Amino acid sequence: MSHHASRAGESSVTDAREQWGTRLGFLLAAVGSAVGLGNIWRFPYVAWENGGGAFFVPYLFALFTAGIPLLVLEYSLGHRFRGSAPLSLRRLHRRAEWIGWWQVTVCFVIASYYAVVIAWAAAYAWFSLDTRWGGDTEAFFFDEYLAVTEAGTFGGFRPGVLIPLLLVWLVTLMVLVGGVRRGIERANRVLIPLLVGMFLVIVLRAVTLEGAAIGLEALFRPDWASIGDASVWIAAYGQVFFSLSIGFAIMITYASYLPRHGDLTGNAFIAGFSNASFELLAGIGVFAAIGFLATSSQVGVDEVARDGIGLAFVVFPEIISLLPGPSGLYGFLFFGSLVLAGISSLISVTQTYVAALQDKFLLSRRTAAILAGGGTAAVSLVYATGGGINTLDVVDRFINGFGVAAVALVEVVVVAWLVRELQALRGHANAVSDLWLGRWWSIALAGVTPVVLGWMTIDNLRTESTAPYAGYALDFLAVAGWGVALSAFVVGLLLAWAPWPPQVSLARTPAAVAPVPRPPAHRPVRRGDDGRTR
Amino acid sequence: MSTAAITTMVVGMLAIWGGLTISVLLTMRRSRRGAPPRDRRR
Repeated sequence: MSHHASRAGESSVTDAREQWGTRLGFLLAAVGSAVGLGNIWRFPYVAWENGGGAFFVPYLFALFTAGIPLLVLEYSLGHRFRGSAPLSLRRLHRRAEWIGWWQVTVCFVIASYYAVVIAWAAAYAWFSLDTRWGGDTEAFFFDEYLAVTEAGTFGGFRPGVLIPLLLVWLVTLMVLVGGVRRGIERANRVLIPLLVGMFLVIVLRAVTLEGAAIGLEALFRPDWASIGDASVWIAAYGQVFFSLSIGFAIMITYASYLPRHGDLTGNAFIAGFSNASFELLAGIGVFAAIGFLATSSQVGVDEVARDGIGLAFVVFPEIISLLPGPSGLYGFLFFGSLVLAGISSLISVTQTYVAALQDKFLLSRRTAAILAGGGTAAVSLVYATGGGINTLDVVDRFINGFGVAAVALVEVVVVAWLVRELQALRGHANAVSDLWLGRWWSIALAGVTPVVLGWMTIDNLRTESTAPYAGYALDFLAVAGWGVALSAFVVGLLLAWAPWPPQVSLARTPAAVAPVPRPPAHRPVRRGDDGRTR
Repeated sequence: MSTAAITTMVVGMLAIWGGLTISVLLTMRRSRRGAPPRDRRR
């Protein structure tokens, strides 16, 4: 009896799973998730620092041996098991669910501070119009805009951060409440073409600036000897890995909304190369602009090249101030691009736990989105204070090192070596894809990826235990660094402990993965006796 | 720019943007092995 009740309930739950409207919609969302702030402010510097033009060799190798294989793995997990990360991994194996929850809690932490960086970019898009930062861009950002207080203190809210932060969350929540097709897909259909268009304008302007060739020379001049350096290879794997949004639930969640014939492998290649393409474009634009700054300031490229927050909020404002012509407009386009790239990624990160809450606690999309998004927005207020940037810096460092990298390592090791499901997942990918996946995929995931991720995790452990990160106080690092990373793991375990409602099938092949009827558009339209179209 | 820098820039562009173009073209061709015609249409 209970069995029948469960089947009936399961049907109603799983059949109602949302679906992307089109393949392009999914691809734009997947690319929107992958293309984020890291493409613009991390790739150019990492490439320049690790061999310049020679960096393409380890980078492309990493893309083929870790990036695209991991994308296919996560697409296959989500598509095969039709659920959020915790549900998909629970269906894969009853002892694998906690990995999904750990991924989801990592996403929660990341979303909480990522939204704040988008808020800074939004404020700077506004400041660009009258180049409000003046002559000393560093002093403006740290002392005036953020009015930074000591690490570990709050120092009161900063309205210049708080107001755009609330707007960022309002937009994100509206998109998430709209659902997969009418919210996420529709938003990305606007965000991604707009981002590419705006960024192309910036790149075209940058490469025509005086001194652009000096910057491009610095970026592309190959240092072939660097290929023999192991750290360059790790940097390449790290860039591909962090840039593609892999290893932390996003791609599993997005792929769970694909139709039955999802062409997983083809989508993974397109998404992987789209992300790399945007990174390359960003590299050209950023280093051409840096070459212009170096020429204008009559210094070497190495004296002005920076990455991360320093590049975006200190170096770029300086470049914008020096631009001939309508500099405010280019500033607006640059910071606007950061906002668009950031929002599309933030939506995907937040969607992972919206979907997980929907699956496990049978919440409606609206309730899950408001609870999850509202909860993250509340936590993100911590970073809108005077001490926020210090907390953000430490949380980002530790959650990436001991959240994202560690959980991805665990995921790959469990799937490849403990539950040994690679073969089955490859079979699934090949059954629904247009491109054929060979044995190289299993070798890359079972061999190369765990070795590289394992090395990265051990290296992170060694680095953080040798000296306090960036000279922060140990008690601050213990709370904001180790404490947050460990809490994500513990909360993940606790959420996995909660029982699933009986309506949710935990079988490996739930009703949702059975063949689905063809879409109504392919059926002959027939009118019933009541005159309505069936 | 030096010849070496121009060469790696062009090769890098060809590899990455070419890779994207080939991925799109390959999947557009619906070259799935042994797929029944009905599936190819999707």
